[in-house]
Amino acid sequence: MRIALEVWRQRSPEEPGRFVRYETAEASPDMSLLELLDVVNEDLVRKGEEPIAFDSDCREGICGTCGFMVNGLAHGPLKGAAACQVYLRNFRDGETLFLEPFRAKAFPLIKDLVINRSALDRIIAAGGYVSVNTGNAPEANTSTIPKDFAEEAMDAAACIACGACIAACPNASAALFTGAKITHLGKLPQGQPERGRRALRMVRAAAAEGFGHCTFAGECETACPKSIPLQVITQMNRDYLAARLRGEGRAPTRHIEPGTPKRRR
Amino acid sequence: MHLDGKIPGGPLPQKWERRKLEYALVSPANRRKYRVLVVGTGLAGASAAATLGELGYRVECVFFHDSPRRAHSIAAQGGINAAKNYQNDGDSVQRLFQDTIKGGDYRAREGNVYRLAEVSLRIIDQCVAQGVPFAREYGGKLANRSFGGAQVSRTFYARGQTGQQLLLGAYQALLRQVQAGTVRISPRTEMLDLVVANGKARGIVARDLVTGEIRTFVADAVVLATGGYGNAYFLSTYARNSNATAIWRAHRRGAYFANPCFTQIHPTCIPVSGEHQSKLTLMSESLRNDGRIWVPLRAGDERSPEQIPEDQRDYYLERRYPSYGNLTPRDVASRAAKAVCDEGRGVGKSGLGVYLDFADAIRRLGADVIGERYGNLFAMYAEITGDDPYRTPMRIYPAIHYTMGGLWVDYDLMSTIDGLFVIGEANFSDHGANRLGASALMQGLADGYFIAPLAVGSYLARAKPPAIDDSHPAFEEARKATAARIERLLSVHGKRTAASFHRELGKLLWDQCGMSRSRAGLESALARIPELREKFYREILVPGHGESLNRELETAGRVADYFELAELICRDALRREESCGGHFREEYQTPDGEALRDDEHFAYVAAWEWREGEPPVLHKEPLVFEAAPPMQRSYK
Ligand SMILES: Cc1cc2nc3c(=O)[nH]c(=O)nc-3n(C[C@H](O)[C@H](O)[C@H](O)COP(=O)(O)OP(=O)(O)OC[C@H]3O[C@@H](n4cnc5c(N)ncnc54)[C@H](O)[C@@H]3O)c2cc1C
Ligand code: SF4
Ligand code: FES
Repeated sequence: MRIALEVWRQRSPEEPGRFVRYETAEASPDMSLLELLDVVNEDLVRKGEEPIAFDSDCREGICGTCGFMVNGLAHGPLKGAAACQVYLRNFRDGETLFLEPFRAKAFPLIKDLVINRSALDRIIAAGGYVSVNTGNAPEANTSTIPKDFAEEAMDAAACIACGACIAACPNASAALFTGAKITHLGKLPQGQPERGRRALRMVRAAAAEGFGHCTFAGECETACPKSIPLQVITQMNRDYLAARLRGEGRAPTRHIEPGTPKRRR
Repeated sequence: MHLDGKIPGGPLPQKWERRKLEYALVSPANRRKYRVLVVGTGLAGASAAATLGELGYRVECVFFHDSPRRAHSIAAQGGINAAKNYQNDGDSVQRLFQDTIKGGDYRAREGNVYRLAEVSLRIIDQCVAQGVPFAREYGGKLANRSFGGAQVSRTFYARGQTGQQLLLGAYQALLRQVQAGTVRISPRTEMLDLVVANGKARGIVARDLVTGEIRTFVADAVVLATGGYGNAYFLSTYARNSNATAIWRAHRRGAYFANPCFTQIHPTCIPVSGEHQSKLTLMSESLRNDGRIWVPLRAGDERSPEQIPEDQRDYYLERRYPSYGNLTPRDVASRAAKAVCDEGRGVGKSGLGVYLDFADAIRRLGADVIGERYGNLFAMYAEITGDDPYRTPMRIYPAIHYTMGGLWVDYDLMSTIDGLFVIGEANFSDHGANRLGASALMQGLADGYFIAPLAVGSYLARAKPPAIDDSHPAFEEARKATAARIERLLSVHGKRTAASFHRELGKLLWDQCGMSRSRAGLESALARIPELREKFYREILVPGHGESLNRELETAGRVADYFELAELICRDALRREESCGGHFREEYQTPDGEALRDDEHFAYVAAWEWREGEPPVLHKEPLVFEAAPPMQRSYK
């Protein structure tokens, strides 16, 4: 089959980018979209030209390294699939595909389709964990977790941090990503002690990185290769609000020794 | 040089306790003074870096991925073993130890393996405490499944995404330390050389993959957790970017490479579909719990699987190995698949495939139960092949999946270079000649959470490495050598891509040093690899320059190292004149085609020393079996 590619080429953040057209005759329905890019790239290299830079690693939808827009859709046309899982049998013979990077203020472009997503790591670093040092753990089966809770936690924990939700969102909000981690840990007994603190810190970290606010447009859920449900955002908002109402995260009231001279207000 | 494994004395169950007492300690206030460099953030690297950070060392963590969470460990599907005996089916530390020693075909150290089995208990505790959402029973307790090479259910899992969830646990622990300021991370940074100064590992030279800058990292101890080298074979189940450069460069600097020919071929992968193929996809071993493997009884039978009646099918694993059936270990199952395909009974267009059939299980348990167990694997298979495994059997074929070999380490996980520790798949330690399913994750986390942090601390306390900075001549020399290698690749301006060389080398390795090996084949490979390497340096074409993101340059550097490694793999396979585990020499088999081990001559670890410009030198570390005396490994 024949597939034409219009690929966003941009050598560096400073230089302007543009779409460049590549015609391919070697495409076959059993080939993945990334394998088609490999073929195009080998041709380019043989001609002494710079290949298209794109990220990928596992090529089976689990590492979250790949990801770009295909005809305006994050990861392409399939529901619940990352770009590396899209096979050419899903396109028509003779079709033209427009490939461009995920765009968001918090995802600076590096080259062509490659972007920098370390903002997502910084959101996790703000509180996406259970604070337990190695060696601190009790015997595993002392805590019981209802099967449903474990399954719901797993549904949310399946996020691969690809950033598609952000690329698809009109506000470039990271709510689905952030909510997924908050929900994963919030469903488990181990996550309870830090639940409020986690929500406060992660939500604030996302805002500080320049991700937008969620207005429930719902585009993220459709774009997500792991079908993370919108409910995780509701959960995040609930945990955040509850923590605010409880006054968590405010400066602690200072203990005042008896007899200390009182100051004026 | 005499290879001392430094196994503690005393009976097996006391060895690790004893060693922990022997370890020297660094006081909490002094830990901040030591810099530890961890290369890699897979299960092994992330867990080690996080734990060292928690202890208070100053940790620097370098990896080529853009986020620590994308390390190849993320792709592990099936599960992690631990001798918890929650199923009350007779499991114990002793039994996990015995299964692992036997599964490894008596080519692993007893002391190490026993410790692994002991530590396995605490890994599960640690992961549950971190919030890893393992599968649960309705009563809320942890669920287990069975894996190959075991008759008990000791595998813990999180759907088909166990590696992902375990890695996220370690990654989150790591980022918690980044936030706390004990660990600093350098993403998109690839180690290209090890720096050894005054006989001790003192740092690395690395390339910033975005700017191309050659950077140096100075440390008091270096921990390599850079994963396996299976991508030397080009097509494998590894992630595309997994590579051998870190361990190979360390090898060239003096770290011995042990058992390079012990590579694992996984029996259940999706067969190759064409020339363009970039990688092979694993279908988890857990599928063999419910799927039955078969081929047509008659060679050349081209009917579709549904049309072949029961009595014209050969469930060859159940037939040949009645007590383990479809759950025979990987090496045995892979060879059996090759044997039936060699007889012309393989299925699919290429004839290189066998069926993995769920019809019985679906009839017995219902499609819902099967969907709950394997839904995402079925979906993955359907996406890739366009076939629906609920309706028609899967087609599978063996593929390179794991490397038991790796840098030689002693009981304390230290290589032959002082201060260079190697953990996870990058070392050779615990799996002998064949790794059991769900044991790599166990080993990576045992090394990272529980062993390396103590061993590194003890090394620092004893060696007290003197202060050093990167103006030391050893850093200067390594930096120059790295820059020269890059320059060499960029300046050839030939006509062939690195990938085309990699494909050619990989095919050669797969054909001559894959599922079965022979003297003639290995000798021919050893003659061809140097020719191919020379051609590579004459014809390689790397466009662009070194001062920016340049994927072709990265690939070319990795392929250059594969040539040297491939030669060592074949050399080791040729030297080992026996069949054991994943290493099957056609000359050494029993009359019914099983591996024929030679304990009298080959019960040793083969540790190779690099020599510039001359053949490598073999050093032998004899293996002693006291608790689990070698037997013929039978799964019949
Ligand atoms: C598809 C698949 C499924 C599997 N399923 C299972 C399973 O169910 N159970 C099981 O027990 N095992 C399984 N395994 C095996 C297991 O996943 C691996 O052995 C294990 O994850 C290796 O972990 P690691 O930490 O040693 O290395 P890796 O996870 O490979 O990590 C390597 C790290 O090193 C870094 N790195 C490498 N080279 C360099 C360099 N030169 N410079 C800088 N950084 C570098 C990388 O960035 C990465 O962070 C599976 C393997 C595959 C391929
Ligand atoms: S929530 Fe979905 S789309 Fe967003 S980062 Fe996670 S996996 Fe990707
Ligand atoms: S390459 Fe790993 S998710 Fe696509």
